[in-house]
Amino acid sequence: MSEAAAQIQFFTSFQASDLKYLAEAAGNTLLISVIAISIGSVLGTLFGWALSVSKLVAFSLGSILDVFRSVPLIIQLLLFYNFFPIIGFPLDPFEAGVVVLIFYTSALVAQVARGGIEAVPDSLRRASRSLGMTYWQEMRYVVFPVGTRAVLPSWAGVALGVLKDSALVSVLGYVELLRASQILITRTQEPFIILAIVGAFYFALSYPIAKVTDRLEKRWQYD
Amino acid sequence: MIELKKVDKNFGKLQVLKGVDLQVEKGEVLSVIGASGSGKSTMLSCINGLEVIQSGEIHVDGINVHAPSTDLNKLRRHIGMVFQQWNSFPHLSVMENVALSPRIVLGKSREEARAVAEKQLIHVGLGDKLDTYPTRMSGGQQQRLAIARALAMEPSYMLFDEVTSALDPELVGEVLDTLRLLREDGMTMIVVTHEISFARDVSDRVAFFHQGVIEEIGAAQQLINDPQREYTQQFLSNVR
Amino acid sequence: MPSTLAPLLVLIMDYNFHWRPVWRALPDLLDAALITLEVALLSMVIGIVIGMVLAIMRLYGNIAMRGFASVWIEAARNTPALLQFFFFGFGLGAFDLHLSPYMIVLVGLSFNNAGYLAENFRGGFQAIPVTQFNAARCLGMTSSQAFIRIVIPQVFKLVYHPMTNQMVWAVLISSLGMLVGFRELAGETQFMASNTFRLFEFFLAAAVIYYLIVKIILLVFYLISRRLFNY
Repeated sequence: MSEAAAQIQFFTSFQASDLKYLAEAAGNTLLISVIAISIGSVLGTLFGWALSVSKLVAFSLGSILDVFRSVPLIIQLLLFYNFFPIIGFPLDPFEAGVVVLIFYTSALVAQVARGGIEAVPDSLRRASRSLGMTYWQEMRYVVFPVGTRAVLPSWAGVALGVLKDSALVSVLGYVELLRASQILITRTQEPFIILAIVGAFYFALSYPIAKVTDRLEKRWQYD
Repeated sequence: MIELKKVDKNFGKLQVLKGVDLQVEKGEVLSVIGASGSGKSTMLSCINGLEVIQSGEIHVDGINVHAPSTDLNKLRRHIGMVFQQWNSFPHLSVMENVALSPRIVLGKSREEARAVAEKQLIHVGLGDKLDTYPTRMSGGQQQRLAIARALAMEPSYMLFDEVTSALDPELVGEVLDTLRLLREDGMTMIVVTHEISFARDVSDRVAFFHQGVIEEIGAAQQLINDPQREYTQQFLSNVR
Repeated sequence: MPSTLAPLLVLIMDYNFHWRPVWRALPDLLDAALITLEVALLSMVIGIVIGMVLAIMRLYGNIAMRGFASVWIEAARNTPALLQFFFFGFGLGAFDLHLSPYMIVLVGLSFNNAGYLAENFRGGFQAIPVTQFNAARCLGMTSSQAFIRIVIPQVFKLVYHPMTNQMVWAVLISSLGMLVGFRELAGETQFMASNTFRLFEFFLAAAVIYYLIVKIILLVFYLISRRLFNY
C-alpha cells in the first residue's frame, strides 16, 4: 500500500506548474540561441568577408569552418566540453554550449555572408568606387545593405536551424526545453502530450523569426 | 480532314472564338494570320484538345475531339503540334527527344524508334547533332528539333503556333525552310504565323482572324495581294 | 602561429593522452560508421519517395491531402530533429508502439528527410514550366508518362544539390542515435569512451571519421552528378 502510494506520488500527472517549468526552459532555449545567433552572426559576417577577400584566407579559414559543418554538433559539444578541462578552463554546460554554438553558428553564417558579398554585382561595386567611395564606404553603404537583402532568407534558415540545434546542449546537462521535457516525461510518464507541447513551444519560438524575415523580404522586394 | 463547326471558346468572360467555321482538307496548307489576341493560337489548342470549347464541334478525320468518349491521347498521335517556345526536353539528348514518344506512346522498339528519329532529324538537317543536348543548340535548331519530334509520331496533321516568333531574325529562315520541306512532302498543315510573305508563297489558303472570327479566308495569293475586307486591308498595310 | 599555440601546448602537457584504446577500438568504430552510412542512405531513399509524394500532395492534392502534407512538412522543419527522435522513441508509447533503437533512428531520419526534401521538390516542380508538360501531351504521352518521363527527371536535376546537402545532414543527425540507445558511430563512440574514460580521444576520433564520411559523400555525389547530368 505504502509502496503504491509512493509510486503515485512519484508519477504525478501533468500539471499547470509543469507548463510554467517548460516555459522557463523555453526561456533558456531562447537565451542560449539568441546569444549564439547574435554573436555567431557578427563573427560569421567577419569570417564571410575574410573569405571573400583572399584566396589564401578562403582556403585556410574556409577549411577550418568547414569542419564545424561536417561534424555532428553533438560530437562537437562533447569534444569541446571534454577539451576545456584539458587546457585548464573547465566550463559549465551552459558556457561550453554557448561557445560551441557560437562557433557552429559563425561557420554557417560565414558561408551565407560570403554568398551575400558575391551576390553584389561587380558593376554596382565599380559604380560606387567611381563615385569616389573608399573601400570601407563601399562595403558599408553598398555591399552590406545589398548583400544582406540577397541572403536574408538563408540567414533566417541558419537562425532557425541554430534555435532547433540548441536542443543538443541538453546532452551536456543544461536544462533547456528538450531536457526539461525529458525530466517531466520521466516523472509523469506522459511522453506524448509533453513532446507535443514542447513541439508547440519550438514552433512558437521559430514562427516569429520566420514571419519577420518573410515580411522584411517582401518589403525589400518592392523598393 | 479537320473541320470546325460554330466553335465558341471563352476564357472566363472573354470570348476568344466566336462561332468559327473552318475546313482543312487533306494535303492542304492553311496559314492563319491576324493580330495577337485575335484567337488564332487558341484555335490550334482547341483542335488537339489542349483547351476545351464551350459550344460547337471540332472533328478530326471524323472524330469529335471534344466528345467525352474520345481518347485524346490516341487522337493527338495524329496531330503534331509545334509551339512558339520550342520546349525541347533539356534532360534528353537530341536523339532521345525525338525517339522517346515513338517508343513509349507507339510502342516501337528502341531500335525502331532510333531509326525513325534519325530519319526525321536528318530530314530537318540535324543529322550531325544526334548526340548533343538541346541546351547547346540555337533557337532555330531547337525549333527544327521540335518539328522532327512531332514528325516522328508520323502525324496526319501538323499545327504550327507562331513557330518563328521567338527566334532571332537570322534564324527564322532555316525554320521556314523546314516548313517548305514539309509542304513538298504533302503534309496537311495549319500554320499560325506573322510571316506574311511566307503565308502567301507557301500556303494554299490564308485565313485572317479578327476578334475571334474568321474575317476573311481565301486563296493565298489573292487574299494577301487583294484583300476584300476592310480589317484585312488595315492589318496587311500595318504589317508591311 | 607557433608562439600563440605555445601556452596552449604547455597546458595540454599536463594531460596524458591515451590513443591506444582508440586504435584498439578503431575497427569497431569503422563498423559503426558503416551502420551510420547504411541508416542515412536508407532514410534518404525512403525520404525521397515520401518527400516526392508529400510535394505532389501539397501542390496538387485536395484540402485533406494538402493539410496532411503541410503538417508533416512543418513539423519536420520547425522542431528539433532530436524532439522528433524522442517522439518516435517514446512518444508513440502512448499508442503502445515501441520501436527498436534502429527503427527510431531510421523512422526519425526518414520523417525529417521527407519533410525537408518535400519542400525542395515542391520548388523544383514549380520551376519546371507547364509548357514542358503540354509539349509532352501533344506528343501523345499520357499525363503520367509526361510527369514521369519529362517533369520528374528535370526536377531531380534542380534538387540534386539540396539533396546532397540533405544526405550530409542525415549522416550528421544520425548521431542522435546515441541518445536513443542506437550504436551507430556516435553511439559506439559514447559507449567506448565511457568504458575507457578516454572521452576526448574518442570524440576526436569520431569527429575525424564523420568529417571523412562527409567528404566522401560529397565526392561521390559530385562524381554521380557528372555522369547523370551531362546537359
